[in-house]
Amino acid sequence: MNIMNLLNAMPGAVAQGLIWGIMAIGVYITYRVLDISDLTVDGSITTGGAVCIMMMLAGFPAWAAMLGALAAGMLAGLVTGLLHTAMGIPALLAGILTQLSLYSINLRIMQKSNQSISVDKYDLLISLRYITEAILICAVLVVVIIAVLYWFFGTSLGCSVRATGANPNMSRAQGINVNMTKIIGLMCANGLVALSGALLSQYNGFADVKMGIGAIVIGLAAVIIGDVVFGKIFTNFAAKLLAVVFGAIIYYAVLQVVFWFGLNSDYLKLLTAVIVAVFLALPYWKAKYFSKPVKRGNEHAGN
Amino acid sequence: MLEIKSVYKTFNAGTVNEKRAINGIDLKLEDGDFVTVIGGNGAGKSTLLNLIAGVYPVDEGSIRLNNIDLTHLPEHKRAKYLGRVFQDPMMGTAATMGIEENLALAYRRGLFRGLGGGISNKERELYREKLATLGLGLENRMTSKVGLLSGGQRQALTLLMATLKKPNLLLLDEHTAALDPKTADKVLQLTDEIVARDKLTTVMITHNMKNAIQYGNRLIMMDSGRVVVDIKGEEKKHLTVRDLLEKFNIESDRLLLSE
Ligand SMILES: Nc1ncnc2c1ncn2[C@@H]1O[C@H](COP(=O)(O)OP(=O)(O)O)[C@@H](O)[C@H]1O
Ligand SMILES: [Mg+2]
Repeated sequence: MNIMNLLNAMPGAVAQGLIWGIMAIGVYITYRVLDISDLTVDGSITTGGAVCIMMMLAGFPAWAAMLGALAAGMLAGLVTGLLHTAMGIPALLAGILTQLSLYSINLRIMQKSNQSISVDKYDLLISLRYITEAILICAVLVVVIIAVLYWFFGTSLGCSVRATGANPNMSRAQGINVNMTKIIGLMCANGLVALSGALLSQYNGFADVKMGIGAIVIGLAAVIIGDVVFGKIFTNFAAKLLAVVFGAIIYYAVLQVVFWFGLNSDYLKLLTAVIVAVFLALPYWKAKYFSKPVKRGNEHAGN
Repeated sequence: MLEIKSVYKTFNAGTVNEKRAINGIDLKLEDGDFVTVIGGNGAGKSTLLNLIAGVYPVDEGSIRLNNIDLTHLPEHKRAKYLGRVFQDPMMGTAATMGIEENLALAYRRGLFRGLGGGISNKERELYREKLATLGLGLENRMTSKVGLLSGGQRQALTLLMATLKKPNLLLLDEHTAALDPKTADKVLQLTDEIVARDKLTTVMITHNMKNAIQYGNRLIMMDSGRVVVDIKGEEKKHLTVRDLLEKFNIESDRLLLSE
């Protein structure tokens, strides 16, 4: 247990945290803003990676491949949105259906289960070979993405997306087409998730058809950790998005520490699930065992 | 002018839970009418308002407002013409958004919502003025989250949101029933002021017979999905609770109108 090993692992954790932070911002948009648990992301993150790697192998520059990934992710979000709104399928199930379909589609895109790309032969935007550079580039990307989202959610359209998540009933009464706003939110979210997948596959030097398994849980972990650690001090919308990214970095840093203590890395996903389960349970336990009775519930009762 | 023509609505048709909620209603409101609606629990009052608002479609019949056929418009498109306040104070506002953000949502009712900017200073001034008319001090808390407000404050805000863009029809579904008596009176008075000031055509459901008599220029009573009493004009002006009870053989306020 050499402390230097741990310290050496930290820059990698930060880079991964930043990349997954972008994914987690996507999860934040569905889970927190729209109040939908969208499971499309496990598929769309891989789609982003697959599209990016295949486009680059075909000779496209990195920026074009990443735009391609973004567009593919938005398309995935559109499919989930249509399954949910036009076909009346519950959002959770709609996401699962898209995710499953994407498994086939991702295989078709990559033509096999794994495609690697060499940083020596291709002009990758980021690579784990050059971690400092990767951290800088991802940090800039995060700032740009947060700025764009901050602007968007302040526009009339963006506000109606937020309102849809906050109170769909009131939104309809105020003339908002909540089907449309849900689709817009899902497209934004999955576009970001796919973009994160594109970065991740460049960073690792490969895309794998299984790279998205459990992505939703990592995204949720970042959202929840960000909320628990920074929720009280970060109240502005942009700051909340930043908290999500910090949450992802903390998550990867903590994992490094745990593995440094000697935990077998096979336990990675189990550990993630346990962390998320405990943090999700906290507010419930708090309400159940530690709170004074409230005057009235805020659930939408009928009239 | 609102014209409801032989409207029917049955819930869960063809199942053991089949319930005919609206059983052939014809109703015509003139511009500026302020109608109060009373009737026992399950009489179909809320269903009638929800049909007008398009929460669910009618089985039969038609609904027209100012010669626009609303019958087949989806809920969010009808919203252009309607202002609505619900019984549950939580239902009409977005708790996690600020007071001014909620007002801005209402201010854009019926308009295209694009990538145009947020709230202008001029708009903010308008909201401040309007909030001041409520007399609740909300004009000094424009960026506070609505979730921090009391039920009465939220209902007053919802009322303001419903009338911020003048609606062709204002629908109020027992919007003071969840408030304590003092707050309820305040919100009712506010309602009356706004309706009179903007000459709004209004339908107000209430479980309180006195309020139904005190407010509005017309009173209807519903039972089993029909309009069974319709009082207007001079008769409405001089109506007393006793009249109502005697005339329609109602034994007691409480028997028919559950609290
Ligand atoms: N969404 C619904 N699904 C099934 N039944 C409903 C629904 N809404 C109302 N009902 C039934 O229709 C009848 C009329 O309800 P409602 O209009 O809410 O009555 P009121 O508002 O006059 O108390 C009641 O028997 C109620 O149970
Ligand atoms: Mg009712």
